[in-house]
Amino acid sequence: MNEKTMLDDDHYENVIREESVCTSENLVYERPETLLDTPLHYCPGCGHGVVHRIIAEVVDELGIQEETIGVAPVGCAVFAYNYLNIDMSEAAHGRASAVATGIKRVLPEKYVFSYQGDGDLAAIGTGETIHTCNRGENLLIIFINNGIYGMTGGQMAPTTLPGMKSTTSPFGRDVKSMGAPLKITDLVAQLPGTYYVTRQSVHKPANVRKTKKAILKGFQFQKENKGTCFVEVVSNCPSNWKMTPLESNKFLEDQMLPFYPLGDLKNPERKEK
Amino acid sequence: MKELKLMKGNEALAEAAIRAGCDAYFGYPITPQSEVLEYLSREAENRTGMVILQAESEVASINMVYGAAGTGKKVMTSSSSPGVSLMQEGISYIACAELPCLLVNVNRGGPGLGTIQPSQGDYFQTVKGGGHGDYKLIVLAPSTVQEMADFVDEGFELAFKYRNPVMILSDGALGQMMEKVELQAQKERVTMPGLDAWATIGKPVNRDHNVITSLHIQPDKMEEINIHLQKKYRTIEENEIRVEMINCDDAEYIITAYGLVARICTKAAELARDKGIKVGVIRPITLFPFPINEIAEAAGKVKGILDVEMNAGQMVEDVRLSVNGKVPVEFYGRMGGIVPTPEEILEAFEEKLLGGAK
Repeated sequence: MNEKTMLDDDHYENVIREESVCTSENLVYERPETLLDTPLHYCPGCGHGVVHRIIAEVVDELGIQEETIGVAPVGCAVFAYNYLNIDMSEAAHGRASAVATGIKRVLPEKYVFSYQGDGDLAAIGTGETIHTCNRGENLLIIFINNGIYGMTGGQMAPTTLPGMKSTTSPFGRDVKSMGAPLKITDLVAQLPGTYYVTRQSVHKPANVRKTKKAILKGFQFQKENKGTCFVEVVSNCPSNWKMTPLESNKFLEDQMLPFYPLGDLKNPERKEK
Repeated sequence: MKELKLMKGNEALAEAAIRAGCDAYFGYPITPQSEVLEYLSREAENRTGMVILQAESEVASINMVYGAAGTGKKVMTSSSSPGVSLMQEGISYIACAELPCLLVNVNRGGPGLGTIQPSQGDYFQTVKGGGHGDYKLIVLAPSTVQEMADFVDEGFELAFKYRNPVMILSDGALGQMMEKVELQAQKERVTMPGLDAWATIGKPVNRDHNVITSLHIQPDKMEEINIHLQKKYRTIEENEIRVEMINCDDAEYIITAYGLVARICTKAAELARDKGIKVGVIRPITLFPFPINEIAEAAGKVKGILDVEMNAGQMVEDVRLSVNGKVPVEFYGRMGGIVPTPEEILEAFEEKLLGGAK
């Protein structure tokens, strides 16, 4: 056992407190109340942690921690409930929007959101996604699109780009035999039940701010009982894309965004202006 | 105030759901149980504000049940065999997450798309698991329209008592046929006590967040969950067995049967007594927990047992395990939607247990 591990648990915290320039007077950034003090299991550079933090910030800012219920998917974000300090339900693969529907229908005064990846939302759960949006369920769907199955180790997703390599498209996605990527966000924007549909990213600070605004709007519209709000976040997967975090952000910008362009697909506020 | 009505089994069940103070029903049409969704769509919302939602599939409806049951509301769904097959994954999740809810299977003939006629071919699926993993449903098997109605309230009681999904296993004939039924008075829709301990209802500042999940990656934790579930099932076995013993006291032979078939067998037993053969009927009302001791005890006093089902022989395995070789257990079944007559059951009884007609 070395000397460091023998030190008191509070040692480092005390050192930081004593030597830090951070004081309550100049503190500008801290863990939101709705984000639990649990180390994230996500890989370095992954966008999930950023989106989790955004949700926590928005819930704090709206003061709705007591009234918010989240639904976690099957996929990398399956443990979202370990990080978000709100009541949460884990859903079977693809069924998060049906689970969210069940919750919202019996607790219509609460804020309900589902958090889903591309395989969950746009492959196995396509039926639930389309019909939840078509019924205009008054809830928020947050859709993380990184074009790959992360948790199972890098298989082709419904949103994998044409030519993009994965463990199940080792020579690149051949759209002739594997189908073209499904732009499900474009699809749900066509449905009368959706009220606000937008595609954002978190690969740069400016984009993080825009995504936060979009998620904030999603909750606000839910309060006004407007129907389904759908926020896609084009994200990365450094581990399964086999890139460094920086390379993955460059790939996202150069390859993903031309195919999945950022911006609102349906924004009633714009129309009204 | 109790009320007497002539109703179809499916409608009696739907009416009973409203009167039991059920909060929500999620379902998808399938013959022979669509009347449940139809009746509720017509009646429920105006009367109690109960949520009724026609889902896009049975897969969606069972997951809506999962979500809504996680809030501690009284939630239910109903379907028939192929639709219930689609629900199995969700039922496994519900059982593991220990969510109280009521499920109904108006059993039709299979396998495959099968027939819309009555069957008991889903006994194994209902009682032995159906979905993946070690779990149990509490299974109530009605034999009358009256029980179709009564088991709704009783099912919710059991579901909340044990935080376990309860299945009413009916069949296409019980769902479609009309009988008189005495309906219970309207119960208020109430918020169940103790929800803050487990339900996803919104986290007050002063409590930890509640999480509903069936995922426990660490094997020791997952084993702990399994041990807990098995302990609960043993408690249910100790406390909740329901069984009807019909003319068993002086019986020389026993017929075992559940649901609608038990009524037909009761008639067959009467025909046997007319011929001087003392036959009794044991009708398990709960299929899980199964009346093992009742059957074992009866087996010690008789010469033989005939098990009758509308399938290829499913409950007979549990009857044989209960009897444990003490006396012969024979089986007679019809499949594919055929309902046996009392006369053919008597004939089968005589052939299999008496070596021919008496």
